[in-house]
Amino acid sequence: MARLNLWRWVVLALAALYFLVPMAASVIFTVDVPGQGVTFDAYSQIVSADGFVSSLLLSLELAAATIVVVLLLMVPATVALRLGSPRLRPIVEVVCSLPLVVPPIAFVAGIATVLKWGPEHLSRTPLFQTFVAIQDPGFPVVLVLAYVVMALPFVYRALDAGLRAVDVRTLVEAARSCGASRPQALVRAVLPNLRGALLNASFLTLALVLGEFTVARLLGYQPFAVWIYNVGGSQAQMSVAVSVLSLFLTWALLLALAVFGGRSRTASASRG
Amino acid sequence: MTTALTEAPADVVPAAAHRQRRRRRATGPLAVLPLLVFVAISFGVPALAMLNGAFTVKDQTTGASSYTTANLTGSFQGAYLTALIGSVKLSAVAAGLATVLGLPLAQAVVTSRFRALREAVLTASGVLANFGGVPLAFAFVATLGNSGVLTRHLSLTEKGWNLYSFWGLVVVYLYFLIPLMVLTITPALDGLRSQWREAAQNNGATSVQYWRHVALPVLAPSLLGGLVLLFGSAFAAYATAAAMVGSAVPLVTLQIADAISGNVLVGQENVALALSLDMVLIAGLVMAVYLPLQRRSARWLA
Repeated sequence: MARLNLWRWVVLALAALYFLVPMAASVIFTVDVPGQGVTFDAYSQIVSADGFVSSLLLSLELAAATIVVVLLLMVPATVALRLGSPRLRPIVEVVCSLPLVVPPIAFVAGIATVLKWGPEHLSRTPLFQTFVAIQDPGFPVVLVLAYVVMALPFVYRALDAGLRAVDVRTLVEAARSCGASRPQALVRAVLPNLRGALLNASFLTLALVLGEFTVARLLGYQPFAVWIYNVGGSQAQMSVAVSVLSLFLTWALLLALAVFGGRSRTASASRG
Repeated sequence: MTTALTEAPADVVPAAAHRQRRRRRATGPLAVLPLLVFVAISFGVPALAMLNGAFTVKDQTTGASSYTTANLTGSFQGAYLTALIGSVKLSAVAAGLATVLGLPLAQAVVTSRFRALREAVLTASGVLANFGGVPLAFAFVATLGNSGVLTRHLSLTEKGWNLYSFWGLVVVYLYFLIPLMVLTITPALDGLRSQWREAAQNNGATSVQYWRHVALPVLAPSLLGGLVLLFGSAFAAYATAAAMVGSAVPLVTLQIADAISGNVLVGQENVALALSLDMVLIAGLVMAVYLPLQRRSARWLA
C-alpha cells in the first residue's frame, strides 16, 4: 500500500508542477520586469489601456445576446422533446452535434464566403440592408449567430442532463391541473427546477464567447480575446497580465456556479 | 412532419381527448421549429457556401465561375499538404501523449481517499479544458518563451529549447488536452469495480497482469474515444497556435486563416474553402469513430 501511495503522490506532484508553474511564471513575468524590478504597472495600466473597456463590453454584450438567443431556442425545444415528441429527438440531437464536425476555422471560412455575397450579388436587393445591418461593427449580430451555433452542443448537453433529473411531464400536468396555462407551467414549474442546468448552459456559453478568437478575428471584429492578441504584439507584460486575470475570472465564475447550482458540476464534467 | 405519422386513429379516441392529444403533439414540432430554422440559416447557409466554394473556380479574365475539383487537388499539394500533415502529426502526438499522461493522473485522483482532492482536480480540469486560446498561449510565452521566466532562469535557450516549434506547441496543447482526458476517462475509471481487482488478486494476478488483462480491455473503448476526441480538439485549435507561433509551424488552421485574410495566389481564393472541407471531413471521421466508442463504453458504466 505504501508503494501505491508513493506512486500516487509522484503523479499528482508532477501534474501540479506542470499545471501550476505556467500560472506562477505568468504572474512573476508581469510583476518582475527586467531592468525595472518588482512593479505592478502591468495591472494598473490595464483599465486605462486603449480598447480594453470597449472590447470587454463588446464581449459581454455578445455573451448576453448569445445566452438569451440560445436559451430561447433550446429550452422550448428540449422541454418539448421530453413532453411528447420523442420522435424529434434524433433530429435535434444531430442538429446540435453538427457544429462539432465543423471546426470554427472552417465555419468562419463559410461565413466569410456568404458575407461576400452581399456586395457581389445582392447590392440591389433589400437583403443587402440585412447584410449590412448584421455586420455593424458596433454590435456585430453575425457573431451572435455564429456563437449560438457554436454553443448548441454544450447547451444541448447541459439542458438534456438537467431535464433527465426532472420528471417534466408530471410537473407540467400538476401545474396544468392547478389551472396554469402552458407557458405558465413552463416558466413557473419547469424552469425553476432547471436552475442548475440553465446556469451551467449559460456559464459554458459565457466562457465560449469571452474566449472566442477565431471567428471574431477573421471577420475583423475586436472583442476581448482579439484585443488581448493585438496588445500582445506591443505590450507583452500587459497581455500576460490580462491573460492571468481572465483565467482568474473564469475560476471565479465557475466557483460561483458550483455554489449556486448544485448539479452543475456533473453536467460540466460530462461536457467532453 | 412526424405528427402525421404518430396520429392515433380518430375513431377509437373520443373527440375531446383526441383534440387534446393533437394539441400536445403539435406543440413539439412548433417548439423545435425555431431551432431548426435558425440552424438552417446560420449554419446551413455557410456550410453550403463552403461546399459550393470548394468546388468552384472563378475565371480571372471573364469573371465566370465553373465547377471543378482543382481546389481540392490543390489543397493536397505543396504548402497545403505540408500544413495538413503538420496538423495531423501535431494533433496525433499531442493527443497520444495526453492520453498516456492523463490516465495515471485520473487514476491517482479516482482511487484517492480524499474527496476534496477529487473534487478540486475535476473542477480544475473543467476550467483548464476550456482554457485554450490566446490567454494560454501568452501564459506559456511568459513561462517558456524566448524571454520567459523559466527560460531566463534555467537558461533553456542554450540547451536548445524553442517554444515556437513543433514540440513547443505539443507542450502547450497538453495543457488543455490532459484535463480533457481526465474528464473523459474519470467516469470509466469509476466504473472499474474493486471486485474485479480483488478477483484478479485472488487468482494470483499481479498488478501488471490485472491492468493488462482486466482494466485496460475494459477501458479500451473509453481510452480510444478520448484519444479521438483529443485529436479532434487539437486538430481544430487555431487561436493558441496563431497567438504563439505565427506561421513558424505549418498548420492547416493557420493556412486557412491566411487564405481568408487574402494572402493567397491569384486563382486560389477558394483553396481555403477546400482546406476547410478537408478539415470537416477529418472532423467528421473523428466523430464517426468517437460516437460508437462512447456508446460502447457507456455499457460498462451502467
